[in-house]
Amino acid sequence: MSKKVSVWADNKFWQRSAAWVTGFAAMLLIWLTFDSMGQISMGTATELNNGVTKRVPSPTVINHKVTYEMSEKRGHEVPVIGGKELFFGRDDYSEEEAGALLRLGKLGIQAKNCMNCHTLLGNGAYYAPDLTKAWLDPMWESYIARTEKSTKEEAIAEFLQNPSMYPSHERMMPNLGITAEEAKGIVAFLKHMSSIDTNGFPRNFGRMQGAIHGK
Amino acid sequence: MVNSFNTLQYESKKLGVMYFTVAAILLGAQLLLGLVAAIQFIYPSFLFEILDFNVARMVHINALVVWLLYAMIGSVYFLMPDETGIETVGIGLGKLGFYVLTAAVTVVVLVYILVQVGPASESTIWLINEGREYIEAPRWADIGIVVVVLVFLANVYLTAIKGERTGIMTVLMADLMALAGLYLAGMFYTDNISMDQYWWWWVIHLWVEATWEVFVASIIGWALIKIIGANREIVEMWLWIEVAMLFGSGILGIGHHYFWIGTPEYWWEIGALFSALEPIPLVAMFVHVMYDWGKEAGVKKAHGEEAVMNNNPAFLWFVGSAFGNFLGAGVWGFFHTLPQVNIYTHGTQFTAAHGHLAFFGAFAMAMIAMFYMGVQATNGIERMKMTFASKMGFALICIGVVGMTVALTIAGYGQVLVERAQMGATWEAYFISQNGHWFLQAMGWRLVMGIVTLVGFAYLVYDLLTIGKSKVQNG
Repeated sequence: MSKKVSVWADNKFWQRSAAWVTGFAAMLLIWLTFDSMGQISMGTATELNNGVTKRVPSPTVINHKVTYEMSEKRGHEVPVIGGKELFFGRDDYSEEEAGALLRLGKLGIQAKNCMNCHTLLGNGAYYAPDLTKAWLDPMWESYIARTEKSTKEEAIAEFLQNPSMYPSHERMMPNLGITAEEAKGIVAFLKHMSSIDTNGFPRNFGRMQGAIHGK
Repeated sequence: MVNSFNTLQYESKKLGVMYFTVAAILLGAQLLLGLVAAIQFIYPSFLFEILDFNVARMVHINALVVWLLYAMIGSVYFLMPDETGIETVGIGLGKLGFYVLTAAVTVVVLVYILVQVGPASESTIWLINEGREYIEAPRWADIGIVVVVLVFLANVYLTAIKGERTGIMTVLMADLMALAGLYLAGMFYTDNISMDQYWWWWVIHLWVEATWEVFVASIIGWALIKIIGANREIVEMWLWIEVAMLFGSGILGIGHHYFWIGTPEYWWEIGALFSALEPIPLVAMFVHVMYDWGKEAGVKKAHGEEAVMNNNPAFLWFVGSAFGNFLGAGVWGFFHTLPQVNIYTHGTQFTAAHGHLAFFGAFAMAMIAMFYMGVQATNGIERMKMTFASKMGFALICIGVVGMTVALTIAGYGQVLVERAQMGATWEAYFISQNGHWFLQAMGWRLVMGIVTLVGFAYLVYDLLTIGKSKVQNG
């Protein structure tokens, strides 16, 4: 091997190639990361009020109605932030108040280890439903009656505090010691997550209900 | 440099074997907790509100990550004297690091199992668990891990600088620096779930689909030289080509995790293109192993000599790993990597199927091979042959993991078609798919195959403990 036959059999050539390829890929990733950081940074209340569309909107989105609708332009569903909607009896949460609720909820979903049964934005474990658009799930309608509450957010909060009291199926959610305040934060987190633009994931959410089993 | 006779003449190798021992114990923990989780899929009341699925599953995947890291650190300590020709520089500090890390891992696992969850506050993230899949370790443990890894890195760099620096050592130095540095991307808290997952993938993806892959490529290169006496220049040339291909495809392949987490659409094209290229180096790695094996045996035969094969069971696991990496990471990964497919398969049992075969094929098999290298050195056997238990361990574990993968793939098909395509991914849709007859049947087979894997593991442990004293080694 001491005689150099060709550059293709030269270790130095491949070593340099590896360094250049790796360097190029890493630089491109870092450049795209800067762009993505800008696009997924959380929006502000002012932007939200002025109708500026952010991929991750301000926490004050909890003051608004959120729906998930087909966009002809983009060819898939997108979250649509509508007019004002009461959330635990209020629709005037300030940026600080909404942000504090969101923080409590995000800390809650980490502290209660939700991700090792559920998926969030499709990532996590596969033992329980995906939570990406859980706020919009039609199942909550039946929970309003079951929990004897008058609104969806109160029904979700009640369920989160006593999940094994209101099972939907044999596979139940365990009691994780979620307090009333934590539950409120987690509901705010779920509502906020449903307003994130996930490029149409999950597809056809809630649209096909009743398509089988003759319901 | 590489002494074909595998012994424990260096302290660094002894430290490597210490790491392997803890790794094997954690592998056992991974399998046991996996069994609990598999049972819960079929009997949801099993250990309900005692050891819930989230806890079982967290320990299952954390034990996986930690045992692989242990085996990887152990592998480096084990092969370093071969490559550099000298004793590891800070071996005393290295051993201290081992005890600190093992104590920390023990505390973390006990807290996971006994405390499980905490209040929604920063204190839970610092003390109990971070609640982020794969890197759940609380922040205090993160900092401990960083300190121990810094000691490890210092040992690798200082030893390579003082002794001989081969191509394999050069690749390992660069790769381990990147591997350690990436861990920092997982050590912060943010309210923004999209931002959270963006950086979380920097740790998870750039570990398993970039730096860990390059790591096993280096280990397999070293093993080819050590076990079958392959030519170093050819091995190292292949290694550089593999580094170029693995990093060239794997780094930007991260885009396939950025399809649906709030990140912009351009990740569809980037993720699809580069992750579609990811299987290529895995094919190359397998071809390389088979090529070198055949070539070395052929050269010896032409000279009328017997082919070199210093460690049969280790080589079996290494060849298995080269193929399993291609099958699990390459084929099963490509199945669902295009966004057109992934919008339906993302976060279903499909992912679990891929995860099982990829982690096993790419990393677990190569690290089990390293266990056998450690056993050979501990017993000072010149040419280690297989026992009945070696073959049973290999066969049952492979049948078990492939069986689980096939079962989960079938469950995944059912889930994807019913929950995602047919019914639109709601709570009700999810459970209709989960209670489907075929889904439950597949989960039953998964449990059976999990038990097969566990029996295979029992054979493996028995073999690791006894193979050195077995009569087959005298023949």
